Amino acid sequence: MSDQITFTIDGVEVKAKPGQTIMQAADEAGIYIPRLCYLPELTAHGSCRVCTVIVNGKPQTACTQPVAEGMIVENDTPELLEHRRNLVDMLFVEGNHLCMFCERSGNCELQAMAYRLGILAPKYPYFYPDKPLDSTHKDIFLELNRCILCGRCVNASADIDGKGVFGFVGRSIDKKIAVNSDKNLGDTNMAVTDKAASVCPVGSINKKGTAFKIPYGQRLYDQKPIGSDIENKK
Amino acid sequence: MSQTKRVVIEPVTRVEGHGKVSLLLDENNKVKQARFHVVEFRGFERFIQGRPYWEVPVLVQRLCGICPVSHHLAAAKAMDKIVGVDKLTPTAEKMRRLMHYGQMFQSHALHFFHLCSPDLLFGFDADPAIRNVIGVALKYPDLAVQGVMMRKYGQEIIRATAGKKIHGTGAIPGGINKNLSIAERDEFLKDIKQMYDWSKSALKIAKDYTVQNLEKLTPFASFDSSHLSLIREDGAMDLYHGNLRAIDSQGKKIFDQVDYSKYLDYIVEEVKPWSYMKFPFIKQVGPQDGWYRVGPLARLNTCDFIDTPLAEEARKEFMAVTNGKPNNITMAYHWARMIELLHSIEKINDLLNDKDLQGNDLVVKGQKRYEGVGLIEAPRGTLFHHYKIDENDQITMANLIVSTTNNNEAFNRSVQKVAADHIDGVAKITEGLLNHIEVAIRAYDPCLSCATHAMGKMPLKVTLYDYQGNEIDNKTKE
Ligand code: SF4
Ligand code: FES
Repeated sequence: MSDQITFTIDGVEVKAKPGQTIMQAADEAGIYIPRLCYLPELTAHGSCRVCTVIVNGKPQTACTQPVAEGMIVENDTPELLEHRRNLVDMLFVEGNHLCMFCERSGNCELQAMAYRLGILAPKYPYFYPDKPLDSTHKDIFLELNRCILCGRCVNASADIDGKGVFGFVGRSIDKKIAVNSDKNLGDTNMAVTDKAASVCPVGSINKKGTAFKIPYGQRLYDQKPIGSDIENKK
Repeated sequence: MSQTKRVVIEPVTRVEGHGKVSLLLDENNKVKQARFHVVEFRGFERFIQGRPYWEVPVLVQRLCGICPVSHHLAAAKAMDKIVGVDKLTPTAEKMRRLMHYGQMFQSHALHFFHLCSPDLLFGFDADPAIRNVIGVALKYPDLAVQGVMMRKYGQEIIRATAGKKIHGTGAIPGGINKNLSIAERDEFLKDIKQMYDWSKSALKIAKDYTVQNLEKLTPFASFDSSHLSLIREDGAMDLYHGNLRAIDSQGKKIFDQVDYSKYLDYIVEEVKPWSYMKFPFIKQVGPQDGWYRVGPLARLNTCDFIDTPLAEEARKEFMAVTNGKPNNITMAYHWARMIELLHSIEKINDLLNDKDLQGNDLVVKGQKRYEGVGLIEAPRGTLFHHYKIDENDQITMANLIVSTTNNNEAFNRSVQKVAADHIDGVAKITEGLLNHIEVAIRAYDPCLSCATHAMGKMPLKVTLYDYQGNEIDNKTKE
């Protein structure tokens, strides 16, 4: 078996190592595939579907699909853009994403993704869920109204912190993040230094005392769109 | 006793951004009562229940688009207390002051050029078809340009200090999130001389108009009132911080140098069944006569002096008109506002030349507290923010008294005075009455002008009720 795999993304030849996912290979090649749940240091959760690409004519999630010799991958197409817009749009209306006073604004992957995909206003009706805010932990506050169920905190807490503070409960539209205590986050053994405290793509898990400390213009996505770091590798 | 009927406020008129006035007559068709209904945002106090306190300075700007910077700063001052900080670093304090004077400058300039200059330049009895911002632009094109440029200057200062022209994030509990770069500073210093000159000429227009028409203006929409504002410890005007001072119409101090965190011991907010609004009054004077005025006129009256030379000179001229006694002429708000415009640019100049603005020590930390009060002199007057939090940092109580609310009773008095001068036995709303009510209300620069600043107009609906509460006339001015 060869130790190099060659395939194409949007007609561009990409070289990859066996066992890599399309996402990993694309990242190394400086090709950005939009994503919201994938984080390189965590096990891919494959839940957001924003990274959906067309592999030999069939839709697949790039963060979980291994590369294969001669694969033909489509990523930057009008159809996929539309598909991603719809997904992001649904995430917006399913939560309460009030960017105007959210402390993660400018550093939020969901907001940045909406900008990158050119979403100006949601086209679906809002759900207005009402989830309680959990501010019982002295260093962390949980605002699940902004959760997009990416699963990063679940994996980070279980696999990296070895604590399992977060887990999913409920199904379908009732699915939500819960903490492993009968009560609140303040009753768990979570620490602000845990990996789980710094993986949330949105303003759902926040470190207290950091809000609005970074001025406009210096926030993560003020100057360059999300994904620029990967594209700059090219 | 003559019969009166309660007037119902239609919430829809609030949404439309109309100023709404009701006039109630007695059996002899004389004005018995005038009520001016102002936009108010009481819903906010409920909306923020449960939110983490650090969101409030950012969030509060969204619920009132009128002077977002003032709300941002008043809330931040309250949150300083909550995070246990009584003194900011020099950089943080001065950055916030710069933001505030920038806001004051742009707000006063905007009000003057877009809303009040037509009244002053053409006379307030002139045909409304000319007496508007377009009329000013045609007849005094330079002036209209100045208005735009001054507003822009103030907005750029806000951007440099708060991060954005509107809805910035600059002030955070315990400090500020940025300093002023040398490049930003030099950009502002480049135009400062021009801003001085334009402020001086705007002040001259306001002053000359008032002095030349003193006889006519003195009684117009005027009445004796108490005045309230923050004041610096040495008695100087201070628009950003100080203690509370209240004086009566003759200048006698009702209270002085009151720590504003104890405002509830001095100010009571009365709720009236016919209104969403609150009616604050000075406790020791009582609900009947305890009402007061805030804003530029009140601040000129309460202060002992202004600590910038040009504005102080102007203040002396202003006070000379009433022989050093408090000025109770409603139309003198315009003149007072322009003195503050000049004061603001003087303050901006001082701050820009202060090296502390380039400091890097931005935030102080303290021991958490569960309650915080923050007051500021907003362009339209004293603004109160008061919050309580629980052990989880969530808001459990919020109480706001906005500038325009402080002036509630004064609006009514002004409208009543104007209406009484017009309606005397003849139950009809004339064009002249409509115009005069508009001019009187505009002197205060009330909140509702926010929606209308852009067009330089103030839509107004006046409704007349007979002594039995039946509507007998109404007129709307777009
Ligand atoms: S809390 Fe954040 S990290 Fe956890 S699932 Fe929700 S969005 Fe993802
Ligand atoms: S990034 Fe692949 S499914 Fe979310």
